[in-house]
Amino acid sequence: MSTGPSDIEIISRVLKGDHNAYALLVERHKSYVFTLVLRFVKGREDAEEVSQDIFIKAYRSLADFKGAAKFSTWLYTIVNTTCITFLRKKKLEIHSLDNEQVFEVADSKDSGFSANQVEQKSRVGMVNHAIALLNPDDAEIITLFYKNEQSLEEIGQILGLETNTAKVRLHRARARLKEKMEKHFAEEVRDLN
Amino acid sequence: MQEFNNNIEERIWNYIDGSGSAEERSVIEELLEANREWKEKYHELLELHQLVQSSSLEEPSMRFTKNVMEEIAKYHIAPATKTYINKKIIWGIGTFFILLIVGFLIYGFGQIDWSAKGDSSSSWFDVSKIDFTKFFNNTYINIFLMLNIVLGLMFFDRYLASKRKKIQKEA
Repeated sequence: MSTGPSDIEIISRVLKGDHNAYALLVERHKSYVFTLVLRFVKGREDAEEVSQDIFIKAYRSLADFKGAAKFSTWLYTIVNTTCITFLRKKKLEIHSLDNEQVFEVADSKDSGFSANQVEQKSRVGMVNHAIALLNPDDAEIITLFYKNEQSLEEIGQILGLETNTAKVRLHRARARLKEKMEKHFAEEVRDLN
Repeated sequence: MQEFNNNIEERIWNYIDGSGSAEERSVIEELLEANREWKEKYHELLELHQLVQSSSLEEPSMRFTKNVMEEIAKYHIAPATKTYINKKIIWGIGTFFILLIVGFLIYGFGQIDWSAKGDSSSSWFDVSKIDFTKFFNNTYINIFLMLNIVLGLMFFDRYLASKRKKIQKEA
């Protein structure tokens, strides 16, 4: 992920009283956590608040991290539970995969999607928008596998699933992502070829 | 047909992820060489795989780390869970429930008339012979339950007292 002291070394420093070392862990994992949170929480402000909450929870429970799994795997378990709790609390409308209107409404309102046409044309923007159109469960598993460098076994641990179930879920999520891209970004995909 | 396509996709995804066995991989490679449909599907899925891999991470605001560090300054790291979960309490609760179950079983078996001649075709253990109405009407059972509840409350009180002492010590 990056050079410098390992996560385990940093954690041991923090547990010995060097609280400032925790900033290294936050710096190292903040983008991964924030990206994952954005799959659940639509809105950067809320996502930032939830991400902050996740790092605070992780800090307070740091003594419980035994090092049996990677720190990132342990941290994403906290991400998963915190996001689900947040959604339950706020009863936010989850942008369902079947809710095709979401995309059309976003387009017609000239919101962030259509405003940033240049980014939308790019590979990065296109994939990110397609992932954002998926339901949170699909978006989460794709993000964990591709962006957060988690194996299927680790994803199983994070989501509380058997490895094979995680594998099936990933296949289904990718199939739905493909559908989204073909439906909403067919032209862009052709341009990229 | 749809199921067949799904199966092809699943096998190709396994091939792309490198998760299939060596034997399965060589089978897929042969299929990709020989079958045009498989080859097209493979390129389609590989393209999606590369596109998703190339997508970037979202970045929080510049102040994010600073905000987290300011917040955590207000907190302490909680002690590891196993240090404050008292095994004696767990054993106490376990014993309480085991005693309760054993008590019910003894009483239940005590209600069966073992000397009665049963029909050979019927089961040796006739549940209908147990008088369940006596379970909660019997004074002895009520006393037994009451004792268990008092015991449970005493354990809980001891647990809270020890926790309070610990907190006072830490303070």
